[in-house]
Amino acid sequence: MDGLMSEIVAKYNYWIYVILMMIGFYAMLAKRNLVKKLFGLNIFQTAIILMFVSAGVKHGAKIPILDKHEVLEHGVNVAQVVNPLPHVLMLTAIVVSVSVTGVALAILQRIYRRYGTLEEDEILEKIKE
Amino acid sequence: MKKLAFVAVLLTGALLLYGTKDFPAWGDPMAPAAQHLSPTYIEKGVEQTHVPNIVTAVLGDYRGYDTMFETVVIYCAGIVVIGALRGWREDE
Amino acid sequence: MTDDQDQLQTKAGTSGPIVEMAVRIMTPFIQLFGLYVIAHGHYSPGGGFQGGVILGSAYILLGIAFNQQIAMRYFSERVNNMLASGGALIYVGTGVVCALLGGLFLDYSALDRILHLGPIEWRSMGIFIVEVGVGLTVMSIMTSLFWDLGSGGELEKGL
Repeated sequence: MDGLMSEIVAKYNYWIYVILMMIGFYAMLAKRNLVKKLFGLNIFQTAIILMFVSAGVKHGAKIPILDKHEVLEHGVNVAQVVNPLPHVLMLTAIVVSVSVTGVALAILQRIYRRYGTLEEDEILEKIKE
Repeated sequence: MKKLAFVAVLLTGALLLYGTKDFPAWGDPMAPAAQHLSPTYIEKGVEQTHVPNIVTAVLGDYRGYDTMFETVVIYCAGIVVIGALRGWREDE
Repeated sequence: MTDDQDQLQTKAGTSGPIVEMAVRIMTPFIQLFGLYVIAHGHYSPGGGFQGGVILGSAYILLGIAFNQQIAMRYFSERVNNMLASGGALIYVGTGVVCALLGGLFLDYSALDRILHLGPIEWRSMGIFIVEVGVGLTVMSIMTSLFWDLGSGGELEKGL
């Protein structure tokens, strides 16, 4: 129990983001309206982005925007600068998330025009006819 | 259906939380993610590109190929939305 | 009677005079801020994607406050398509020009052979040119997504 508590204190950011991921996952599985499923996907993606960005933090470090003249004269201490790679990769992930949401909303509009409803079970019944 | 979803979510959450046992502690400067390539970008980034913002330097110069395909992805998303929603007559 | 009312609606927008006046004052400042964020991507947080979204949101604000037809008078569909393709073409074109001048694809220091500024300065310039391309594409696509999703593909009525 003591080991579990010290683990939670050391890594509580991962636990929070896993809980957020599971909230999004539950929305994707259990809700019947298609728009709610789409927003579950969006919550899931946001939680993953935040988890990656929080994995690159260092204690007492500053953001990766340096002072040009000081770095060209003195050099830089790597442990004082936050890891920039997760930030870069997550910019791409944010853009992918926006694109997927846009395309999914367009497809939902066409489903609504075709079947007249956005509830999953009613659509399945109308398909079977 | 909702109970089954709840059980599946709890199982997945428990597996993920068990997997965080191997992760490094939050804020560790000696984490493996900060060891091999990222010190090179921080140390050599400003003197090789004269750009003080390391994130922009990595995004535009060292990983410029990924950003190019990123632009193509969002352009394709725009085209798909135009193609899916415009101009179709309501058949049947 | 209803015809006159319809015409009045289309001309004046649908939101009331206070909102229209406020949006008319705010829109140039929003666009200026978006250009600022793109141009200062080297020195502060920002860059191509962020500035492009801010620029796109200026047109979306016009589309929400006024009628969508009035907003499309400022940014027509032809210009939208040309800017979107142009932005992606600027990015790939820079890479191809660098490859044609003797370096690798997207190796900005090979652009030194056109104008002698030094290879390190050309890397900084190359990043800036590429970010302008990305900003243009993102602005056009954000606006185009809003118009298409908001009006269901017809582009006449809108939100």
